[in-house]
Amino acid sequence: MPPPQPAAPRTPDPPPPPAAAVFHIQGVTKVYRMGDVQVHALRGVDLDLYAGEFVVVLGPSGSGKSTLLNILGGLDVPTSGEVHYLDHNLTAAGDAALTRFRREHVGFVFQFYNLIPSLTALENVALVTEIAEHPMDPAAALRLVDLGDRLNHFPAQLSGGEQQRVAIARAVAKRPEVLLCDEPTGALDYTTGKLVLEVLERVNREVGTIVAIITHNAAIAGMADRVVRMSSGMVAGIQRNVKKISPSELSW
Amino acid sequence: MSALHRKLIRDLIHMRGQLFAVTLVLACGIATYVTMRSSFFSLEAAQFDYYSQFRFGDVFTHLKRAPESLAAAITAIPGVAAVQTRVLMDVTLDVPGLDEPATGRLISIPERRAPMLNDLFLRQGRYIEPGQRGEVLISEAFASANRLGVGDSLDAVLNGKWERLHIVGIALSPEFIYEIRPSEVFPDNRRFGVLWMSRDVLGPAFNMEGAFNDVVISLTHGASEREVISRLDQLLDRYGCLGAYGRQDQISFRFLTDELEELRVYGSILPTLFLCIVAFLLNVLLSRLVGTQRGQVAVLKAFGYTNWEIGLHYLQLALVAVTAGTLAGIGAGLWLASSLIKIYERYFHFPALQLHIDAPLILTAVAIAAGSACLGAVSAVRRAVALAPAEAMRPEPPATFRPGLLERIGLRALLTPASRMIVRNLDRRRWRAVFSSLAVALSIAIVVSGRYAMDAVDRLVSIQFHTVQREDVTVVFQEPRSAHVRFELAQLAGVLRVEPFREIPVRLRLGHRWRLIAVLGLLPDAELRRPIDSQLHPLTLPADGLVLNTKLAEILGARPGDILTVEVLEGARPVLQIPLVSLADEPVGLGAYMDLSALHRLMREGDTISGAYMKVDPAIAPRLYSVLKRIPAISGVSVREAMLASFWKTFGESMGVSTAFLVGFASVIAFGVVYNGARIALSERGNELASLRVLGLTRAEITRILLGEQGLLTIAAIPAGFALGFALSLLLSRFFSRDLFRLPLVVNAGTYAFAALVVFAAAIFSGLVVARRLRHMDLTAVLKSRE
Ligand SMILES: Nc1ncnc2c1ncn2[C@@H]1O[C@H](COP(=O)(O)OP(=O)(O)OP(=O)(O)O)[C@@H](O)[C@H]1O
Ligand SMILES: [Mg+2]
Repeated sequence: MPPPQPAAPRTPDPPPPPAAAVFHIQGVTKVYRMGDVQVHALRGVDLDLYAGEFVVVLGPSGSGKSTLLNILGGLDVPTSGEVHYLDHNLTAAGDAALTRFRREHVGFVFQFYNLIPSLTALENVALVTEIAEHPMDPAAALRLVDLGDRLNHFPAQLSGGEQQRVAIARAVAKRPEVLLCDEPTGALDYTTGKLVLEVLERVNREVGTIVAIITHNAAIAGMADRVVRMSSGMVAGIQRNVKKISPSELSW
Repeated sequence: MSALHRKLIRDLIHMRGQLFAVTLVLACGIATYVTMRSSFFSLEAAQFDYYSQFRFGDVFTHLKRAPESLAAAITAIPGVAAVQTRVLMDVTLDVPGLDEPATGRLISIPERRAPMLNDLFLRQGRYIEPGQRGEVLISEAFASANRLGVGDSLDAVLNGKWERLHIVGIALSPEFIYEIRPSEVFPDNRRFGVLWMSRDVLGPAFNMEGAFNDVVISLTHGASEREVISRLDQLLDRYGCLGAYGRQDQISFRFLTDELEELRVYGSILPTLFLCIVAFLLNVLLSRLVGTQRGQVAVLKAFGYTNWEIGLHYLQLALVAVTAGTLAGIGAGLWLASSLIKIYERYFHFPALQLHIDAPLILTAVAIAAGSACLGAVSAVRRAVALAPAEAMRPEPPATFRPGLLERIGLRALLTPASRMIVRNLDRRRWRAVFSSLAVALSIAIVVSGRYAMDAVDRLVSIQFHTVQREDVTVVFQEPRSAHVRFELAQLAGVLRVEPFREIPVRLRLGHRWRLIAVLGLLPDAELRRPIDSQLHPLTLPADGLVLNTKLAEILGARPGDILTVEVLEGARPVLQIPLVSLADEPVGLGAYMDLSALHRLMREGDTISGAYMKVDPAIAPRLYSVLKRIPAISGVSVREAMLASFWKTFGESMGVSTAFLVGFASVIAFGVVYNGARIALSERGNELASLRVLGLTRAEITRILLGEQGLLTIAAIPAGFALGFALSLLLSRFFSRDLFRLPLVVNAGTYAFAALVVFAAAIFSGLVVARRLRHMDLTAVLKSRE
């Protein structure tokens, strides 16, 4: 259960000054054209993400969560609107600039893990650390997710939860400024899901990485600094948790 | 090693079967290229070196007799660099160990060795010594065919008298790289050879003291060959000149040049076919790989791998196959080339024929391989690069299917659900199916066209030597003789039939085109030598006028009804106007025919003959041969069966080798295409097949579904392959329409059957290899995977 919302805010904006925003997106729309049908995946989204934040994005299926996350991570570009990361303007960025942005600043965790099946856990992590500037040791990253003893296993030899933890290690190992996770627990059972969430929380706490998680599971919202609710391609509301709950206390 | 490289290696291992198939096809393509090109360059270089180092002439002519003093006048012709006058005579030889008489072409050489045109390369022994009457050098081909060596001797009729000749040396001349009796197509080195002996001996023996009857001329740089030839013809006209000609009409030069041209054409067509198939296979392979690895591409992109890095990663996969194929191809090519050179050594006699390999050749091979790989890889790799990362994260959308053509035209009821799956799958990847089928068809076509050469030569021999030339023995007289000699010949024991012929050297002219040729006068009721028409029916020679064969008519641009100018190069050398009455159509050589008595009338001569065709009793032939050997008036005897046997021996062997290679190549293509097709199908439809297994289908049933597709493609390829093979054969027969011989267009049913069989065997083999994988299919693993 999310804690009750504090009294109606006096100011429309969240408290910290805009200067501290790491991500700043404004008026972002995304329209997919399929033949003569237009799908408005995002219809004018404004959102700021701040340093060290843990954000949970909630919303029904098809509300545009993945689309938003992809745009934040530089995997996709908006149809209109502005996307800023610190002093980079991602709106106007070309493919090469987006690639560099992802390479230097972003870590992704996907719902279906997307590990390279022909590489071991260690190699999957190394794949990313090799092209990063100040990476962790890949083995250390795997120890961080409690997989220190499974370094040389191939994805096919790991359970779903273990694979997802490898994916997190892979995303974390490059020490990104921001970690974007699209339904990281979607395919996992209760305990494994919590294990994965604990890892994410630890990274956020210890390394100070901005973590944004998409989920269908409202219970997870409790561990966030802020909860963004999406519906029909718009931000329906943003809620700040006064007191964060540690993942181990979450239950659903 | 970077993680990406590890992925590369594991992908390579995973796809080793398919990559191996591509590598094999590529290796074949590169091997054919290297073989043909390096053989081409080797022959060309050997020819060039030989001709320049041993001063091969540019213009040649033969005449009746001219005083040596005329040499100065020849030298004075503008454009003439050097002149070599010679005495040249064909004589009958008695070679130890040979029943039949052989023909020796005696060519005079200076008594003391001095540089000359058409100079000799002395392989063994020594040059003749002055004053030693019976010393000769003999050609290497003749020596080895008859196992003659330095110190051996043989007998020859020199102007009516038998003389013993002592072999002091074995020699080669650029004039006889291809050593063949004039007017024949197939070399018979046992029964025809070249002998060189001192001019001081040869001259007097044939009444040529201070005279010559053969000239070789070299031209100054930039001189006009045409000009020199016409000046020479004028100058030598009074001396019975048979017409001067350039290298183009020199038999040895012509054969070698034709062979080079053949190598050049084959050397570009065959590799091109192979490399197109490589490009196709690589394209299918990589497209499929990029398709299955969409998610992986997306992850790499999400984590910031650049397009360049990702593109390179997939390109490297192709590169490994290409590198391996290229190296194997170059190695195999060099090995094959060295064997091909050995085969060439049997036909073409050089002082040295070395395999000529240079860096540019190898580099071109590498470039061609890389080019074909890029052609195949580029679109697939571009697709990987162009995948939008957000897009790629989603699994590939399910394929859209629709009822296939067969079903649309209402045959649905005929198809079982399994065959419906096959048909729809083929229909969905229509272009891939078409190309696969075409590639298999091509491999059938390669076998067909390879065997076609054999069919055609078989046919050529049967037409020429069983329909046109039916004589067992041909005798040629030193000088034209009175016709009653034929009765003397008929008296000889073993002679069953004698048909005389008259041969008159002429220059045949129509407008500005002309050609040196011998007009052959035959009896109208001849049975042994009969020109034939295009339907292979014997032609009755008209009472008057000329019959030309189609090729000669084509060269002159003549059609029946045209009046040809015939400049006779013998006797009184009249210039006549004779109508072309009809066309003959034999596959060998150029031919001009006339009725024997009409020819006599035109020449205003009595009943003279140049020689005779004879049918002999095989039982007593050897005795007859030894009698013929002893008749001094006979300068040449040729025995058809012996010539054919020697031809089949060499030709049969080299044909066997080349058929084996073509079959090998075609099997590789068929294997590569079918195997890859089946593997791709397995990868695309592994899930589907596993589900069917889970639903209770047997392994045999799903194997049928998987391989049915390839089977259908292979069956479809057969008629296409036959058609393509026929078209290729047609192209070859056009290409081999030469002065010297023309390949008839016949493809035997056996050839089609053989080609289909070879390709089918290769297809079945590859199908079985893939089917074995179904046995190891892990049902749970396939069903677990997200795809
Ligand atoms: N490539 C695309 N082409 C067309 N429509 C698309 C595409 N990607 C997304 N959409 C549409 O955009 C809308 C938002 O999609 P998005 O994936 O962002 O939803 P989501 O909130 O992540 O949903 P879910 O919780 O089911 O993952 C959906 O209606 C979807 O159908
Ligand atoms: Mg989503």
